[in-house]
Amino acid sequence: MKFDTPAGQNPIDRLAVVGQPIERIDGRLKTTGRAPYAYERHDMVDDPAIGVVVGAAIAKGRIGGIDLAAARASPGVLAIVTADTAGTLQKGKHNTARLLGGPEIEHYHQAVALVVARTFEQARAAAMLVKVRYEAAPGRFDLAAQRDSAPLTGDEGHEKGPLVERVGAFEPAFDAAPVTLDATYRTPDQSHAMMEPHASMAAWDGDRLTVWTSNQMIDWGRSDLAKTLGIPKDKVRLVSPFIGGGFGGKLFLRSDALLAALGARAAGRPVKVALTRPLMFNNTTHRPATIQRIRIGATQDGRITAIAHESWSGDLPDGGPETAVGQTKLLYAGDNRMTAMRLAVLDLPEGNAMRAPGEAPGLMALEIAMDEMAEKLGLDPIRFRALNDTQVDPAKPGRRFSQRRLVDCLEDGAKRFGWARRAAQPGQRREGHLLIGMGVASAFRNSMVMTSGARVRLDRAGLVTVETDMTDIGTGSYTIIAQTAAEMMGISVEQVNVRLGDSAFPVSSGSGGQWGGNSSTAGVYAACVRLRDAVAQRLGLDPAQAVFQDGAVQAGGRSVPLHQAAESGEIVAEDSISFGGLSKRFQQSTFGAHFVELSVDGFTGEIRVRRMLAVCASGRILNPRTARSQVIGAMTMGVGGALMEALAVDRTRGYFVNHDLAGYEVPVHADIPHQEVVFLDDPDPTSSPMKAKGVGELGLCGVGAAVANAVYNATGIRVRDYPITLDKMLDRLPRIA
Amino acid sequence: MRPFSYEVAASPAGAARAVASRPGAKFIAGGTNLLDLMKLEIETPVHLVDLQGLGLDRIERTAEGGLRIGALVSNTDLAADATVRRHYGVLSRAIVAGASGQLRNKATTAGNLLQRTRCPYFYDTNQPCNKRAPGSGCAAIGGVSRQLGVVGVSESCIATYPGDMAVALRVLDATVETIGADGDRRTIPIGAFHRLPGSTPHVENALRPAELITAVLLPPPLGGIHLYRKVRDRASYAFALVSVAAVIQRDRGGRVAIGGIAPRPWRSEAADAALGRGAGAVAQRLLEGATPTGDNAYKLTLVERTLAATIAEARAA
Repeated sequence: MKFDTPAGQNPIDRLAVVGQPIERIDGRLKTTGRAPYAYERHDMVDDPAIGVVVGAAIAKGRIGGIDLAAARASPGVLAIVTADTAGTLQKGKHNTARLLGGPEIEHYHQAVALVVARTFEQARAAAMLVKVRYEAAPGRFDLAAQRDSAPLTGDEGHEKGPLVERVGAFEPAFDAAPVTLDATYRTPDQSHAMMEPHASMAAWDGDRLTVWTSNQMIDWGRSDLAKTLGIPKDKVRLVSPFIGGGFGGKLFLRSDALLAALGARAAGRPVKVALTRPLMFNNTTHRPATIQRIRIGATQDGRITAIAHESWSGDLPDGGPETAVGQTKLLYAGDNRMTAMRLAVLDLPEGNAMRAPGEAPGLMALEIAMDEMAEKLGLDPIRFRALNDTQVDPAKPGRRFSQRRLVDCLEDGAKRFGWARRAAQPGQRREGHLLIGMGVASAFRNSMVMTSGARVRLDRAGLVTVETDMTDIGTGSYTIIAQTAAEMMGISVEQVNVRLGDSAFPVSSGSGGQWGGNSSTAGVYAACVRLRDAVAQRLGLDPAQAVFQDGAVQAGGRSVPLHQAAESGEIVAEDSISFGGLSKRFQQSTFGAHFVELSVDGFTGEIRVRRMLAVCASGRILNPRTARSQVIGAMTMGVGGALMEALAVDRTRGYFVNHDLAGYEVPVHADIPHQEVVFLDDPDPTSSPMKAKGVGELGLCGVGAAVANAVYNATGIRVRDYPITLDKMLDRLPRIA
Repeated sequence: MRPFSYEVAASPAGAARAVASRPGAKFIAGGTNLLDLMKLEIETPVHLVDLQGLGLDRIERTAEGGLRIGALVSNTDLAADATVRRHYGVLSRAIVAGASGQLRNKATTAGNLLQRTRCPYFYDTNQPCNKRAPGSGCAAIGGVSRQLGVVGVSESCIATYPGDMAVALRVLDATVETIGADGDRRTIPIGAFHRLPGSTPHVENALRPAELITAVLLPPPLGGIHLYRKVRDRASYAFALVSVAAVIQRDRGGRVAIGGIAPRPWRSEAADAALGRGAGAVAQRLLEGATPTGDNAYKLTLVERTLAATIAEARAA
């Protein structure tokens, strides 16, 4: 099905099942420990051998030699894989550094060997006996030091342009503006730090490879695993029905899957590999640090006349930038605009997507800048944002936003949150030694769509089975897909069986970029349209007239139980949704507003969030319960990013030092107070037949700045360098007795 | 983890003898720190002597009117003990400020005293660390050191003692009771228990080889207001940036010990004597000779401000 004209009325609009707060259909499996994760697929393979990864001990250089004698002689060892013995390996399309290093080492903890043994303990002990002689080379590890040498870049890398995007003439407009801001912000490297580590189990059957893994994008992973191994894609099967969190860290083929495959080949038996927690921070990808300069010029009455956003980030050679300036192109009005990114070469581990890539750090900066400008103008931050709302793409005024309820989100949230009680002057509200503040920020993330396929089956019991390689990374894909099929076929979710995450199923959008919910359900919609036609035809009903409701099909005065259509045999239909030009004609985006109230200890600077509110206008909400779950999770991640999460770079040794969950702090329960989420009714007929968008990344966009703005409102201290830890405020806190 | 053998000791003296008789043997109590370190091969004992079942898990009153806390009393039980809560509140408060409920259920009194630093370079066996591999150097000096020590450190090591419980024990003037392989018992004042690194940061305490901690002794109650103020980057389950254990008397005198800034709980008599003159005077005496890095110089300010918060809280109580 090609989606190229705005959706009219369709069966989804009944909202008998879609849009309802249905519990996760996989929830019981998860809470009873019966949802099988990759490292536990003992139902598939008896007694797999265990592989343990050896990570490089240097950040850059070469392996002079590896002595495997002691490891080979260690009890239980079955095989050892190194670059010397792995055969020729290509590099995956989505990988920047090679997943098995040697002789060249590109980053710290790049895998240099896999030791396979009968037990995990044997493999781990033997891995410690692998003696690698390194020849270290100097590397570049400090973004600030490389900043001046960083060339301009496009979104994907250096070749793609235009490299400086301009509308009007920024510099003269900025120079002429009566009120201006020119400020620099910093965001640190961050780690996905999801609960389930990267884990895979691989088994070969002749030249056919099956990998049970934990991967958000089955087809990307399958393609890159086949490419890396140099085997046909149709010889590779990836299975990933349950995923214990990814946040972008599992978008790509990673070393666990490749090394499990290589280890299984070398050992001649199935092998499973999980990355240990200390390896995850440097062996895999991370969100790169940024330095961002923002300039805004406005008239005295608060209209933006000039806005510029420049960002510096770093990555390995041939990597890409953190696209932190994208939101500034679209979020606020202003006739004169400039955005640019520069990309330094850094020899740190590979930078790549993490939840709301680009948007999250970009808005952490932009939405502080907006708060600073509002203060300079003497305007309420919500009023200032509303004044500069735009319903069109500022670079192409003929191109409207399909839906844009940003101002509604801000104003609705202000009422709910009690924004009127915020003191405009910072440092005014106190409770004993605590300083209390409120902050707000816009949430804004574009709504991307991806081609997505599904197969649906109707059996003689009237049950519908959906098969798609879509993944559920904790987001609720199982549930909203079941709701979609149930709505389309006029049955309940209990009558739908959803099978996900298997490359044997039709290729879906996968989970990433908050495109998965809308795109994958639209694919299921398309397949169900086909199934409805087939059912109607089988029953001798007019497909155009048929109504699917309450387990029956009605047309022309007849009502036939749905299952009768399959009495003579299962009916199978398959289709995919692909998207035409609507996203070019309309700017499709999601909007929200984040509100935060917090306290700052006047003695110590400890920040404790008290209340959070998110108001989202994000297309049709397919399931308010799972959507809320995504947004509160994102708000939690936003608090982490604002207040504590940072990979600590050793700028001499070239690696992230705090590579475990004791050192890389994420919020604990005690950090997360009352959270409220409100969804405004906002179905978007241009987005898909589902009229939905995504919320999983929107929920993170702007949270950090709302926290930062609340800290400023509480204390009068403006921290432009995340995370906002107490050491950055101590010297500026009020005097104490 | 290297292969190791294991036995359950029959008596405290027997446990000490068992460790003395096997080079590379260690005691194991709760294992919350030792097992993690063994998995990383930072600790590589060849033999473990388990101390469960030796009757070391009791809290008893002493003839002097204090408490004798068995070495294997769990953190949870110690923090919840009615006498400890009533008369040694700083100790209860310090314990529950640390780790998580699950860890405190397993962690023991003696084990907690012996927990090793959380310096990230100590934990990464690819990196030099004089504490883990004597003579290999210190990656933390010149590296990432925001969490690390500002006083009592040396040119060999700037790691901190990371715990909370011992900071309270220091302010209470506890003593550590031990038994040796020869059956000799002795007591070590808590202030002399943890050693400063000097040029031998791998030597962390005053215990002799195979010497077993059997109990921690508390003197009679001090009275006063007992507070433990722990400052960290998140609300729970994190090591202290700075912590203050305080017992403040009505006359504004009292005692304070500081955690998170030194290789041992940090206290000085001169600082205690200055308590009536406010946080600035106390901090100045505590931090005399401090050698912070650029990353952790904020701790000097934070010590003063956390002391001020604690003193203010005591006065308001």
